[in-house]
Amino acid sequence: MTRLITSGFSHFILFIGIFIMIVPVWMIFASSTHSGLTINTQGLQMFLGDSFYENYLRVLLYKGGFFKEITALKMFLNSFIMATGVAILSVITSLMAAYALVYFRTKYATLLFWMIFVTILVPLELRIFPTYSVMAELNLVNSYFGLIVPISASAIATLFFRQFYKTVPDELLESAKLDGANTWRFFIDFLLPLSKTMIVAMLIFMFVFGYNQYLWPLLVTSSEQYWTVVMGLKMMSGSIVHRFAFVMMSMVPPILIIIVLQKHFIKGVFQDK
Amino acid sequence: MKKVQFKSSYSQYLFLAPQLGILLIFLYWPIIQTFRDAFTMQDAFGFGTQFVWFDNFLFIFDDPAYWIAFKFTIIYSFVITLITASIGLLLAVQANNVMHGKSAYKTLLIWPYAIAPAVVGVMANYFFSERFGLLYHLFNNLWGFNWYESVFDSYIYLIIAGSWKQISANFIFFLAGLQAIQRSVIEASMIDCKNSIRRFWTITFPLLMPTTFFLIIINITYAFFDTFGIIDTTTIGAPSGETRTLVYKAYMDGFRGLDLGSAGAQSIMMMFIVLFITIFQFRYIEGRIHYN
Repeated sequence: MTRLITSGFSHFILFIGIFIMIVPVWMIFASSTHSGLTINTQGLQMFLGDSFYENYLRVLLYKGGFFKEITALKMFLNSFIMATGVAILSVITSLMAAYALVYFRTKYATLLFWMIFVTILVPLELRIFPTYSVMAELNLVNSYFGLIVPISASAIATLFFRQFYKTVPDELLESAKLDGANTWRFFIDFLLPLSKTMIVAMLIFMFVFGYNQYLWPLLVTSSEQYWTVVMGLKMMSGSIVHRFAFVMMSMVPPILIIIVLQKHFIKGVFQDK
Repeated sequence: MKKVQFKSSYSQYLFLAPQLGILLIFLYWPIIQTFRDAFTMQDAFGFGTQFVWFDNFLFIFDDPAYWIAFKFTIIYSFVITLITASIGLLLAVQANNVMHGKSAYKTLLIWPYAIAPAVVGVMANYFFSERFGLLYHLFNNLWGFNWYESVFDSYIYLIIAGSWKQISANFIFFLAGLQAIQRSVIEASMIDCKNSIRRFWTITFPLLMPTTFFLIIINITYAFFDTFGIIDTTTIGAPSGETRTLVYKAYMDGFRGLDLGSAGAQSIMMMFIVLFITIFQFRYIEGRIHYN
């Protein structure tokens, strides 16, 4: 009986939690399907209206921005390119760096380790203007390269891969050596297949990280052609319902990825089997 | 470290090269420039720079606006950490407690983690707008809430906007921490202690310490850096600069004021604060927790 009561209490608390998470998003969504007039006269809406297609199609295809050059569709494309680029570049470089740190004997091990890990203490926000001037000197402002690479200069994934490699039994390398595998063969044929879960988790993590960038794209893209969705929130004009629709669409890709790939993400980050 | 390793060879450096290369050009080079900016001053016409020792630092210490941002950053990170960790823990304990629907709850609570802070800010904006903001009007009826004018109210606004999505991250990590506690420990404690609330605080919570301290660091970093997008889409520092974090103020001084010397000095102060917290974490806290 007490079991039933306590579990009823748990469900109740969890319902409140979910309510607090879902209701704000739902209200913006419901409101985004009404006409601007309804919102302006009656405020945010709890129930769906009938302007869904009208509002969303307009937002996707309307040319916005100061120079009316970019559509939301193009911003989504840019965000995808940026997030995918960040995910792939940072995961590949981190996989390799962590491998070099864990599987090689060298007298510079400590130095190399600190050179990579101290960077976690200095997020982009702390060096934003100098990074911008480096990009300007290298002529990389207003390019996908400029959006992607400075965000990929992160050692967070390296830390995760290093922790993971350390849990791989020594016998794996011993047997690989017996098979005559060199450093590249061992990395590609033995270690990578074993790290699959971790790689997927880090790809998701870095994709969301790249997609959600706000300050950097704002600074590094003066040309509208390279605007991303999240920074576009600040730039888009239009009626209130169109802004609601834009906000709703902007959160769909990362949320979908997290929900659909949830198991892989959690498995990798927490390393549970 | 591993007992079996490869001998160091050129291929080790080939593996390191991509990441080190990117870090050197896009991280170390800018950091060096940050130090250069912090110790130099540009003349009014931008013709030349002059080495000025610690003038930029002395200037920010003398600036009341810096200490206002400092105070806000400390209060903001403390309150956000407290709120998100306690609600996250409460939800995680309940989710760990239920027999049915555990994974459904997980899915329903995990997704706000994925939303960009700037998007959260824009959404919060709609709930706190004077025109049709539900929370604005609710709080306004309760105590005359008006974040455009009251510092306290603008704190409330940013705390709610900043905590909302971060509850998710705390929930995920606490739930994983709870699930990692061995069944046998819980069962043994059930025999020793009948009171479930006391059992939680004497057995379960101490075992969660590593997760808790990890989350404290995560939440503080979030409040320091990630909230930029929230502030820039909500109060923008309103009423008059009281709700700017140190990072936000440094950016505004550099961007709007074009004062790179001051922005550099502020960034370096921030680096020291982060370094201090990290060392504190490793020295004093990690040593006191028992990992199982």
